[in-house]
Amino acid sequence: MRQNITTIMLTLLLSLLLTSSGICTVSEIFSESIYNPGILSPIDSQLKVKVGDIAPDFTLPAVSGKTIHLKDYRGKKIVVLSFVPAAWTPVCSDQWPGYNIVENLFKANDAILLGISVDNIPTLFSWTGQMGHLWFEVLSDFWPHGKVAQSFGILRSTGVSERTLVIIDKKGVIRYINVNDINQRPPLETLIKELQKISGSK
Amino acid sequence: MKKNRLIHFTLLFTSLLFIFSGCTSFTPAPHPETTPPPTIGESLPEINLTSPTEESIRNYLELTDITTTTFSSTQIDCDILLVEIFSMYCPLCQREAPAVNELFKLMQDDQKLFRQIKLIGIGVGNSAFEVGIFKNKYKVKFQLFADPNFAIHNDMGQVRTPFFIAIANRGKKKNQILLTKLGGFSSPDKFLHSLAELIEPPVKGEK
Repeated sequence: MRQNITTIMLTLLLSLLLTSSGICTVSEIFSESIYNPGILSPIDSQLKVKVGDIAPDFTLPAVSGKTIHLKDYRGKKIVVLSFVPAAWTPVCSDQWPGYNIVENLFKANDAILLGISVDNIPTLFSWTGQMGHLWFEVLSDFWPHGKVAQSFGILRSTGVSERTLVIIDKKGVIRYINVNDINQRPPLETLIKELQKISGSK
Repeated sequence: MKKNRLIHFTLLFTSLLFIFSGCTSFTPAPHPETTPPPTIGESLPEINLTSPTEESIRNYLELTDITTTTFSSTQIDCDILLVEIFSMYCPLCQREAPAVNELFKLMQDDQKLFRQIKLIGIGVGNSAFEVGIFKNKYKVKFQLFADPNFAIHNDMGQVRTPFFIAIANRGKKKNQILLTKLGGFSSPDKFLHSLAELIEPPVKGEK
């Protein structure tokens, strides 16, 4: 029995160590405004698309006031979709500001970036306003709630999307999907390397 | 005996299930700063960094004799080491970058302070690639180190960014935190002045 208890204690200790190490930084610009949901299940959805598929088309409103149609980029630009789970949360708040200083890397690969979240426009307006002027469009997949995330199979059971990067080539074909652990920021170099491969710049 | 084994197995299985479920419903929502940030008067845990390869940086940090791949921040020869904890992804760090560059320039231009106060940056949660992007984008002249696995960030109490820590690297207070600053500083000149005031007068016989 003592052996049983020791095993359980060790296992529980290990589990706590593995799950309590929050991996994020928070910019002082957001000060105390960030809500920390704690450590979440890394992935909580089932992809409905795969590399090689034609990307599901969508039309979404942007914070800028524009209406963005995915198909409008067909034949013109490589499109990177960056789905983030929710505004005012730790990892998301430190993801797009990084993309905001690498516009040149997207341009060099003839690519544009579309940020997408299931938050509504007023929330996204307030949140992204803290990040400074963003060079890319930020789209609201709020209503019908998470419809676009759902079409890609990345809507979690809690109603937020996965932290996902999708690269769509000029023919509208999905060339790269990364459904990342929601608790972590995807590495930028991987995204850039994939973009370079797809654009043929390297 | 069999019953014992069954209990053992069931409990172990439940525990493993707990691990792999991500513990969503068991984990409380911790504040980003789970451990207290560094405070003045405390001793800072040793910061181990990758030895820079650039000669001008090695000269600036006076690390010319270092042959190892890593070194300790305590080996940087100065009275006060100012460390900027930043992230390439942090909008305030991006906005403050010109002011920090200006601070570095003021430090470089001052004949005396040039040797007494030295500045380094640590990109927490940033890879070398990401730190490189920040360095190029903002034309940062001082050395930025990558902390991809948050090891240093955890030692620093997971502070929000940017966070400045001035550490005594020499004298009676060696290794003690002399000043901390969360967020930007309004005037590089005033900030440098407040750092200069923290320099201990040299003890006789000391360098």
